[in-house]
Amino acid sequence: MQKCIKNGPLAQLLNAKKAYPVRPEPWKGPPTVSYRKMFRNQYDTDVTTWSPAGRLFQVEYAMEAVKQGSAAIGLRSKTHIVLGCVNKANSELSSHQKKIFKVDDHIGVAIAGLTADGRVLSRYMRNECINYSFTYESPLPVGRLVVQLADKAQVCTQRSWKRPYGVGLLVAGLDESGAHLYYNCPSGNYFEYQAFAIGSRSQAAKTYLERKFENFTDASRDDLVKDALMAIRETLQGETLKSSVCTIAVVGVGEPFHILDQGTVQQMIDAFEIVGEQEGPAAEPDAAAGQEASAEPEQGAAAGEGVAPMDI
Amino acid sequence: MNFMASKQPENSLLGPEADSQRTLYPYVTGTSVVALKYKDGILMAADMGGSYGSTLRYKNVERMKAIGKHSLLGASGEISDFQEILRYLDDLILYDNMWDDGNSLGPKEVHNYLTRVMYNRRNKFNPLWNSLVLGGIKNGQKYLGTVSMIGVNFEDDHVATGFGNHLARPILRQEWHENLSFEDGVKLLEKCMRVLLYRDRSAINKLQIAKITEEGMTISQPYSLKTYWEFSAFENPTQGAVGSW
Repeated sequence: MQKCIKNGPLAQLLNAKKAYPVRPEPWKGPPTVSYRKMFRNQYDTDVTTWSPAGRLFQVEYAMEAVKQGSAAIGLRSKTHIVLGCVNKANSELSSHQKKIFKVDDHIGVAIAGLTADGRVLSRYMRNECINYSFTYESPLPVGRLVVQLADKAQVCTQRSWKRPYGVGLLVAGLDESGAHLYYNCPSGNYFEYQAFAIGSRSQAAKTYLERKFENFTDASRDDLVKDALMAIRETLQGETLKSSVCTIAVVGVGEPFHILDQGTVQQMIDAFEIVGEQEGPAAEPDAAAGQEASAEPEQGAAAGEGVAPMDI
Repeated sequence: MNFMASKQPENSLLGPEADSQRTLYPYVTGTSVVALKYKDGILMAADMGGSYGSTLRYKNVERMKAIGKHSLLGASGEISDFQEILRYLDDLILYDNMWDDGNSLGPKEVHNYLTRVMYNRRNKFNPLWNSLVLGGIKNGQKYLGTVSMIGVNFEDDHVATGFGNHLARPILRQEWHENLSFEDGVKLLEKCMRVLLYRDRSAINKLQIAKITEEGMTISQPYSLKTYWEFSAFENPTQGAVGSW
């Protein structure tokens, strides 16, 4: 009987080492498992783990997701804000994802990154605006909405059972204190900008905006839209700028937030594309403004050559 | 023997036990508040009486208070409910200030907030037994509104509560005009308050007038109105009166 037990399947149990070490073994370093070689870090498993350098890698990875999304740009003057985004479709057969959302008559948002996360946050923002409007008969100040959004994102960076939102939001809105453009990060930070771009190849757009931003404060609404289109063109890097690859939205004093329709956008593209050919793509700001003003009467003449007439 | 679950949850306000937890009647009440828009902002007047039924029991009750930087609230009705409302508004203004972002709640926002509060309490059969007057000025825009205990709210160039609606409003409709000067506004309010003093038995001759402008709110020291009781109509008031029995 004893022999049976000793050699049978139960033998393992009998002969097993004790579950706890009697004397602890000396620490030989962190366990090295093969998949660890793929990731740079062993402190990136959950968002509530700090790295020794004081970083939260999960949050940084979430910001990486924003950089992978298709580009979104925003720029503002004293009275208007323009949001634009590049429409990327999964395949030629599918339609593109909606990346610009109206949150209220005075606030809109453009997203880059995980569109699903962006939709959920847009719904939250719409809810906050509606509740405030109902209670106070007054529009929610953008600055407050942005802080609420940031605090919501921060929660996800401090709960082990959550993950950060993988979406960056460009929030455009009108306030008592004027026009504002904010960027909300997955980290829970937010920044105010005169102009900004996020998503893939946004650096090209940012370079363009950095050259031009000093003129934005006093720019007219139409000039602002043209600058937005030119910034989007920078992110396309060679691909033709057509109204089908981009979406533009405007909000301003006396102008509730709305997305421009494809026809209007195409007309504006046609207008400045011609100007672009005449003077070269790297135009100086003053020259560009001057040229656009004097180029307008010339559009009529050019119209005969098959280009859509300026109808703004 | 409990065959079925009780029809009302234990914390409902309906049923006999709950009557002690909700407002059924007012006890210490203030009478009319009258207010009008003038050139620089809003002028509001209210006397300092707190009646306990038919007894003029408390004679130093301030029924008008500043709310934040831009608004002025006057109340008639149950004084303890007015104090409760002031506590709600205190919290509201505190959180508004804590944002510290250059935005602030103006009179329109406070008025709508109060409307929501009054209406929601009325829906729960536990009203705040007040008629409120909310006036203020923000960024040059003057605002004057009122909310009743059942949540009825509206804005106008001049408003009043209680007896003021019947005695003061007709005077204001005749004599109010746009861009009254401060002196004319005060004279008009005093005229209304004098009529109320003659005819409203819960009114006392000790009133305050408050004004709110872009610079802020100021409230006068309590003072009394000159009255004249020798009108011939006041002699033998019941002579010629037709009785119903």
